Amino acid sequence: MTVKTPIYFDYSATTPVDERVAELMCRYLTREGGFGNAASRSHQFGWDAEAAIERAREQVAALVGADPKEIVFTSGATESDNLAIKGAAHFYQKKGKHLITVKTEHKAVLDSCRQLEREGFEVTYLEPLPSGLLDMDKFTAALRADTLLVSVMHVNNEIGVIQDIAKIGEICRARGVLLHVDAAQSAGKVPIDLETLPVDLMSFSAHKIYGPKGIGALYVRRKPRVRLEAQMHGGGHERGLRSGTLATHQIVGMGEAFHVAQEDMATETPRILGLRNRLWNGLKGMDEVYVNGDLDQRVAGNLNVSFNFVEGESLIMALKDIAVSSGSACTSASLEPSYVLRALGRNDELAHSSIRFTIGRYTTEAEVDYTIELVKSKVAKLRELSPLWEMHQDGIDLNSVQWAAH
Amino acid sequence: MAYSEKVLDHYENPRNVGSMDKNDASVGTGMVGAPACGDVMKLQIKVNAQGVIEDAKFKTYGCGSAIASSSLLTEWVKGKTLDEARQIKNSQIAEELALPPVKIHCSVLAEDAIKAAISDYQAKQGTDSASKSA
Repeated sequence: MTVKTPIYFDYSATTPVDERVAELMCRYLTREGGFGNAASRSHQFGWDAEAAIERAREQVAALVGADPKEIVFTSGATESDNLAIKGAAHFYQKKGKHLITVKTEHKAVLDSCRQLEREGFEVTYLEPLPSGLLDMDKFTAALRADTLLVSVMHVNNEIGVIQDIAKIGEICRARGVLLHVDAAQSAGKVPIDLETLPVDLMSFSAHKIYGPKGIGALYVRRKPRVRLEAQMHGGGHERGLRSGTLATHQIVGMGEAFHVAQEDMATETPRILGLRNRLWNGLKGMDEVYVNGDLDQRVAGNLNVSFNFVEGESLIMALKDIAVSSGSACTSASLEPSYVLRALGRNDELAHSSIRFTIGRYTTEAEVDYTIELVKSKVAKLRELSPLWEMHQDGIDLNSVQWAAH
Repeated sequence: MAYSEKVLDHYENPRNVGSMDKNDASVGTGMVGAPACGDVMKLQIKVNAQGVIEDAKFKTYGCGSAIASSSLLTEWVKGKTLDEARQIKNSQIAEELALPPVKIHCSVLAEDAIKAAISDYQAKQGTDSASKSA
């Protein structure tokens, strides 16, 4: 059994473009292909580009049970989050100035909310349950008469937990509050039917589901109609919500990626779940390993595990044969442990010791088996080096130690 | 993040990993850092009657740079007198390992660890000259 290293286990960060998608995209770039500007209404080149874009819009809409007219193309889920949150807040600010979100949201949501706070809006950042799921009682209690928008992500990017957006949407509807859902990590992985889901705005990304980077979409409900103030001004593309020449090849790629996801989801999800379970079954026998976030209410491809008494960055260094990310954000410039794990109430050691494995379309059983053995041996090696592991073995409660914080 | 060759070498082949009996009068133990910060270093030295460090051992919970800093330090202090070992500066460690600015605190922690180990040893010997600064 041989595997080619490094093995990619970071499908939540991004995915490779599916060959079927890449092939189609190439047909919309060169002079032989559909390179035209979809806004050119006066000739065949423009009409061809427009037709390709409208087909892609239908494909995106079809995966999530939306009307194509409800899909606005953007540069990605970050822009969609910005447009949804700031756009709705600006448009409806006479109705109220309060928003609710969750501490474990993506930075694109949290930072958009921070910006609104600077503009005079008020934002409630809810603490999730230790499982990572939203506490419905706390959520309901946080709603106010002047709440205009709630933003809750469907699947969390770090811990993979699936929020009950149907329930959240029901509560919002009953109170006349808009609901925005960041579905960057869930589209194509968890069934979404916007015809029945009481969601008003939903953000999508192409590159998380085997499409290209730099393209995404925002779903904007038509019935009942949701209004937004545009954040990008110009030629009035996308019904005035997002100006800028449409990137035909990117959009076509996104459409095809969503189409492939729709075709393959029923077979792909159980296969990925099988691999995720195989990985966890291989690791869970180790001492002091913990899954972060609810294991049942979770997207198939995510396993976020803390290996207690081992520091995440050194573990990632030891696991150089596999591409994973550390829940502790040490790999970025900051040395803070993951704010998501902190919000779950995980202590600092466990937050510093977490590794996110994300499995996808091209992961194989052999890769999972290789990873299990690699992780076991490297964790054992680092624990031999760890004074905390030694203290734990000696029966010392680390919480009873007076540490000199630095 | 790119690590220097020296960091990788110490990380992959750490020198002097282990523990000594902390109740031995000739052993000084320094434990610095905190799990909350992502680094804990334990450094132990065995000192002979002439005041020379005969052996050194470490265990470190932390990133590759923290492991490398403590591994390097055990190599450096062996054979040194306590006074010589106390002169080791974090900047020397950082320079030797080519640590980037974001990892300088690892070398600071290593300097703190040797100072703490020396103080612990001296406190045990009753020559408690440096324990206040530990």
